[in-house]
Order: sequence, then C-alpha cells, then structure tokens
Amino acid sequence: MSEPTIYELSSEGRFGIKYPDLDVPETKLPDDFLREDVPLPELSELDVIRHFTNLSSLNYSIDKGFYPLGSCTMKYNPRINEVTARFQGFTNTHPFQPIDTIQGNLAVMYFLQELLQEITGFGAATLQPAAGAHGEFVGGLIISAYHKFRNDNHRTKILIPDSAHGTNPATSNMSGLDIVTIPTDNRGNIDLNTLTEVCNESTAGLMLTNPNTLGLFEENVLEIIDIVHTAGGLVYGDGANLNALLGIVKPGELGFDIMHINLHKTFATPHGGGGPGSGPVVVANYLADFLPEPIVGIVEDGNDEIPPLYGFINPKNSIGRMKTFHGHFGIIVRALTYILMQGKDGLREVSDHAVLNANYLMVLLKDHYTLPFDRTCMHEFVLEGVWKDVHGVHALDVAKRLMDYGFHPPTNYFPLNVNEALMIEPTETENKQTLDHFVDAMIAIAKEAHETPELLTTAPHNTPIKRLDEVKAAKDLVLCCWFPDKI
Amino acid sequence: MFIPHTDKERQEMLKTIGKDSIKALFTDIPESKRFPVFDLPKGISEMDAYKQMSMLADANNSCEEMISFLGAGAYHHYIPAAVDLLLQRGEFFTAYTPYQPEISQGTLQAIFEFQSLIANLTGMEVSNASHYDGATAAAETCITAYYHFRKKRGNIILSPFIHPHYLETIKTYLQAIVEIEVRIPNISKPADFLESTRQLVDENTALVMVQYPDFLGNILDYSELSSFTHENGSLFAAIVYPIALGMLKSPAKMGADFIVGEGQSLGLPLNFGGPYLGFFTTRKIFIRKISGRIVGETKDEDGKRGYVLTLTAREQHIRRGKATSNICTNQGLNALAVSIYLSLLGKQGLNEVAKQCFHKAHYAASQIEKIKGFTVLNEHPFFNEFVIQCPSNVKKIQSNLLKRGILAGYNLESDFSSRKNQLLIATTEQLTREDIDFFVESLREATNV
Repeated sequence: MSEPTIYELSSEGRFGIKYPDLDVPETKLPDDFLREDVPLPELSELDVIRHFTNLSSLNYSIDKGFYPLGSCTMKYNPRINEVTARFQGFTNTHPFQPIDTIQGNLAVMYFLQELLQEITGFGAATLQPAAGAHGEFVGGLIISAYHKFRNDNHRTKILIPDSAHGTNPATSNMSGLDIVTIPTDNRGNIDLNTLTEVCNESTAGLMLTNPNTLGLFEENVLEIIDIVHTAGGLVYGDGANLNALLGIVKPGELGFDIMHINLHKTFATPHGGGGPGSGPVVVANYLADFLPEPIVGIVEDGNDEIPPLYGFINPKNSIGRMKTFHGHFGIIVRALTYILMQGKDGLREVSDHAVLNANYLMVLLKDHYTLPFDRTCMHEFVLEGVWKDVHGVHALDVAKRLMDYGFHPPTNYFPLNVNEALMIEPTETENKQTLDHFVDAMIAIAKEAHETPELLTTAPHNTPIKRLDEVKAAKDLVLCCWFPDKI
Repeated sequence: MFIPHTDKERQEMLKTIGKDSIKALFTDIPESKRFPVFDLPKGISEMDAYKQMSMLADANNSCEEMISFLGAGAYHHYIPAAVDLLLQRGEFFTAYTPYQPEISQGTLQAIFEFQSLIANLTGMEVSNASHYDGATAAAETCITAYYHFRKKRGNIILSPFIHPHYLETIKTYLQAIVEIEVRIPNISKPADFLESTRQLVDENTALVMVQYPDFLGNILDYSELSSFTHENGSLFAAIVYPIALGMLKSPAKMGADFIVGEGQSLGLPLNFGGPYLGFFTTRKIFIRKISGRIVGETKDEDGKRGYVLTLTAREQHIRRGKATSNICTNQGLNALAVSIYLSLLGKQGLNEVAKQCFHKAHYAASQIEKIKGFTVLNEHPFFNEFVIQCPSNVKKIQSNLLKRGILAGYNLESDFSSRKNQLLIATTEQLTREDIDFFVESLREATNV
C-alpha cells in the first residue's frame, strides 16, 4: 500500500496549528486583490507527523546503512553539527542586522574562510556559493573576468577532461566559455599530448578534478598545470574529491588558481536528500579582487583586550553577487564545528582512512569485476558492471541487486569514459566489518550474474517499490497532485 | 571519533592491499608537495566544540531577544515545532539526491508534494524541486526566457522595485552571455513601470519581470503590464512573497508565465540569510525548457504508484555542455520543511498568518503616521511591508532603537541614494500590539529631541 499524498489525506475544516487571536484593530482588506480560496490541504498535526514519518521510512540513508555512492562522499554526519547549527543565536539572526549585533556570525564565517584557505593552500575565500555547481560558476566567471580585465579578450576556450562531472561543461556554458574536451590516457590521466596540442593563446583555462572521477591522482599534475599556465590559462580545481587530500597535498601548492569546496561532502554536512549544500570558493591571492561580493573581513583590528570587529568587504573587481545575503550560513556553522573537532591530525586521518578503505575494497573486488585502471586509487575507484561471458546484465542490474543485500548502490554510468561504470566511494567513516559485508555481497552478485542472471535483471525484490516506469513518467508528466476544483 | 578503525584492523587491511603503511598509498602525489605543513589547531572534543560554538552564537543578538521590524526579503515568521523535528529524521537529512527511486520514495514523494503545494499556492501548472534562493530562481528565469526564444531575444526588462540583491544576482548570472542586455528603468514610482516598459520593450525583449508585493511593499495589479508584454510576444514573470498568497490573488491571474520567489518565509529560520529556498513555477508548455530537478508520478512493475526524477535530459549530468543551467545539489531538505509547514498551516492557517501580517503592518503604519514628522510613503495598497519617511538621521534613529532592543527596519538609502532617511518596515504574526506600540513610542522619543 503506498502512502497517500498530503492532498488525499486532507479533510475540509481540519487544521494543524492555532495562532493567537489578532490583537490589533482590523484594516479593510484590499478587495481587488483578494483570492477566493487558498488551495492547501487541511490536516491535523498528527496527520502531518504520521505522513512524513511514513515517507521517511521509505528512504535509504546513511543512518540506515552503507552508502558507497562515488563522487558524493556519503560520510557520517555528526549529530553535534545539528545541535550547534540550531543554536538560537545563529538561527534567529536576520541577514540585515547591524554588524555589531552579528559579530558571532561574522567570526564563524571568518574562521571558516581562514581554515579552508589553510587546508587547501589558497590565499582568499568566499563562502557565498550555495552548492558545488554554484561555486564552479563563480570559478568560471572569475576565469572570464580575469582575462577580460587584462584585455585578453580572445581567451574563450575552456579545457575539460572527458571524465569530468557534467556540471563542469554546463558551468562553462553559463560562463560564456567554449568547451574543448581532453581525452584520458591508458593510465587514467589526462592525455598530455592532446593537452599540449590544444593549449594556445585562446586558452582561458582548464577545469581539473583531482583526484579525477576515476579516483586516480593525476600523476602529471605539475606538468599539466605548467602547460596551461605557460599558455596563459588558469587552472580550476573541482574540489568534489577533496576528501582524499586533507593533509596529503594542498591544491594551492600544486599551482591550482581557483577551487571550490563541497562542505556537504568533505566537511560532513548532511546532503539532506538533495541539499542544501554549500560550495565555498578559494583562490590564489592574485584573484582575490575578483571574488563575489561581499566577503567577511576584519574591519577594525583588535588587541589583547578587545576582539577585532568583523564586517563585510566588497572586492574591488568583484564578479558581483551570486545570491541573496551571505551564503548558506547554517551549513557553514556545521562545517566549522566539524573542522574544529577534527583539527589538524583528525583531518589528515580522514583522508588516510578514506583512501585506505577505497583501496581495500578495490583489491578485494578486482578479481570479480573488471577494473579498467589498475593503480593504487585515492578515495574512490571505478569498476565495470558487466562481464564478457554474461549477456543482458548491466551495471544498473548490479546496482538494483545491491539493494536486496541492504546496500545503497554505487554511482552508475559515471564517469562516461568507463563502460557500464560502477563508481565506489566508501569514505573513512565505514568500519572493516561493513566493508567486508559489502565485498561479500558484490562477490555474491558477480556469481549470480553468471548463474542466475534473472535475479539481477528483475531486482530489486524487497524494496518498498519495484523498478519504476521512467518512460511513463516523462510521457504523462504528472508533476503535481491537484486540489479538487479551484485554483 | 568518526573513524572506526582499530590498529589491528588497519594492519589487516594494509596486508590485504599489499602495502606496509598508509603513507605508501600516496606515492602518485609529487613528492615535493606531499604531506605539506598543515597549520591548523589541534582537534577538540564534542563538549568543547559545543562550548566554543555556543560562545560564538551568544556573541550575536538574535531576533528572539529583540523586537524585529526587519524584512527586506527575509521574514521572522513562527515555525511550528513539528517542522524541525521531522527534518531531524536521519532518513531524510542523511539521504542523497534520489537517484535510486526504489529506495528513495520518501524524498521523491515529499518533492512531488512540494511541487504540488507550490503550484497550488501560486496557481501555476508546474513547479520544480527548488533553486538555491529567490534571487537565483529569478536569474534562472531570465536564462530560461532567453533560451526559450532560441537566443534570438536578448533584452530583459526588470522592475527597479525588485529586491536589490535579486537585481545584482541576475546581473552576475547574465554577465557572461554577451547577447543579453538587462534594462532597469530609472523611475521613482512603481506605477510608472508600465509606461517605461512600453518605451523599453522591443522585438528583442524576452522577459519582463516584476516583484509582488514589490520591494517597498506595494501591491500592484500587473494585468495590463502582462497583457502588453504578451502582445509584444515576450514573457512575463513575477517574484512573489508566498505568505502574501495566503490572502492575495496570485499573479497567475494576471497572466504570469513564471512565478518564482523566496521560500524562507514558509517554515525556514532566518539563519543569517541561508540556507533558504528558491521556488520556481511556470506553465506546462515551458516544462522542457526549465532548469532544476522535477519529480513525476509513475507506476512500478506491479502497477504500484511511485515517483521518479523526470525529464532529466534537460540537466547537466546528461546534457553537459548544452545544459542551460548547471544546478545539481539544490535545497532538498528545505523543500521538505516548506511542505511540512504548508501542510500544518493548511488553507486556514496560511490565510490567518497572511491576514495577521497585513493587519499588524497597517496598525503599525497608522500609529507611525501619528508621530510628528513621520509619513508613510506607499501610494498603493501594501501587504506587510511599507516605507516610512523619518524626520531625522535614520542611522541615529536605528541605533537609538537598537539600544531598546528594537531592529527598526531596513535603511533604504543603502540601495537607493535618493531615499534619504527612509525605512522599510516589516511585520509578521510574531509581533504583538505591545511590541508595535513600544516601537512607535520609541520612534517618537528618538525623534522628539
């Protein structure tokens, strides 16, 4: 039995909250502008609690089990972050309050800017971007703005490896840059020959994810950055995979010029079923003036007795404002809490164990699944979800069958340069027993693929719902449940 | 703390991998850059983190301790307790984007219901799953309109009475598309926008966009503007304050092609400006052109009703360099908060909140007008926000009232140089008559020197 929709549960005249009686005299309402009816459902508080509790039980989540979704860094979300982010002093501050009433908030932002700069090796930061893709957009706009500022107007080409996330080319399109795709070589690195050939005076920059989406560290990263810089381009780092690098290497020291950071991946803030995330951007010092406005800075120095006064600063060649107000502050509080607790050694241990866990899984699975690039991996790796001697079974079937074993599937069909990809990222917060159980399930599924493939092709079997008809969804386009009659 | 490995397990795992240390896993990284100086503080316990963050929170003065008349795009509405308690279910907040529908029906149905609630509230046919905030939803509307006309129409006309952050964000978003020209007429009266649009509109106009109620709180009927825009073959969009739609008719009735806005007022705390939620609605004919995630109803192999992400071919992970938006992670959990909020308030509750906001604003305005030297400047009906002309330096008035624990509205001079000593005052259902009377009395005393 499926859970009814909130509209199906509605009963005329019911209500879920009572407000105090109006305590001021009434004013005549603007009759010309009044609507006849507010078409919202009518439920009691208990109706609402039950409905959403029932819905929640249909979800898989990190709290329920292992979530090895490659590229998404589904690590444990510490509960203390949820507590600190809900302190009244944070949640009930208005974005336009006078700055002397929000020094706590500004200090939070300033500290996080400083910490992120040190972690990544860059000179300046903005916390304004709302998500990774939003941060990429900042990066794309800064690349364009930088060249324009120097009257270098012919630099319009952005180089993007074929293994890149889809947001990279989409961002480039929004940033007015033309995309040149660079192939991957047989070791899983950017093809250096192609890179050298295409780099010239039209190169605006390169967008590089490192480790790349195959989970491999670019072995020639210093040469790559040098080639692009020599040609006059900038190098953008997609920080989606930063979880592999904390205390291991600083992208700023490798020569990257700009990078975004996903707080909702590396710094343990929750994904929330699809956001809100947060995508701060760090840049080398020489690009600080291009950052979106405003950023947080010290506007009056402090001393031993008085703390500094924090305020907002508008960078002088700013690309402009990316959204209303100051970024996803609630997510920023969570990330700061996490970083303070981890500290220097804790962050290094995060990457150490993220990489240890990934290599452990990779070694145990590579005899059962094709591993296209057999190298030590970083925090994730990619297998093929097909076998030469089995027909009609695909990566999607492996993914669906894993649900029957109680696991969330890996990312599938990405990256695009691997056939039937299964991209596995265990993260550091999973213990050895969980990893061993996952390996057992993956090996059992490989065996089933050969002996009883229908178990895979008809999977999942014990989920709340079976495979859904996506063609019907796109054809019928039922996108809302309607309240009877009036709109 | 969050890393469960014991020494014994680490050794076993390394043995399986065939390495003698964790360090040996990092040999692909250039040696000269490997294991850099990492100048960070030492980690602290949960207890100390609680204390440190608590001290930072306490260094603020929150709207709970003060009486707030600040709005200007973020509003201090009451949030029923059930909203946040449901959001704290790990099944919701520790899930990813619902790419695997068989084990994500909770999130998917909640988004479907969000789309339904927002479409019903705005009176539009379809809603997407959310944007980052109202400003980015407005910016994406401009981009959608531009691509709707296959890049042939590059002019976008914006009302100057749209929230200044929205105008700035739109300009940032559009700066790289050289064919787009944003036109914002320099007028001082909201009613003049119709006439200036007549002058600015041409065959290259893709979109005309307004705000309802506008940034200064005014409610205007945009039917004529909308008809005129459509006669020109252009599209018409309105940014709305969703609480107002609890009593006011929607711009859908005025012919809007897009209705977008900020969802913060529907169950999200002020949170110093974020994370909030942008909602985006349109007519069904534009559905294949819009950005953002969309959930659709379908059936599973057994004929059971279920929900999936649909029309994904529009999105960046499929369309890549041809996608018109790069949006990926959006505001999932906040959309859930809005769904819970609207479900709890329902038909009667939202209407009640809207009416209380309206009446309290008008009570406050009528009382302020009684103070010598103060004038309410709105020439149109207003909802819960209005502009007052103060008789003396507005910054002094603000700091004077702050000493009494009052946030005395938003100083309009920061965005409009001609609006000297004008404050934008907002009310919500949380303000009592006593609060308003105290505010009025304080204004009187602050200027009566």
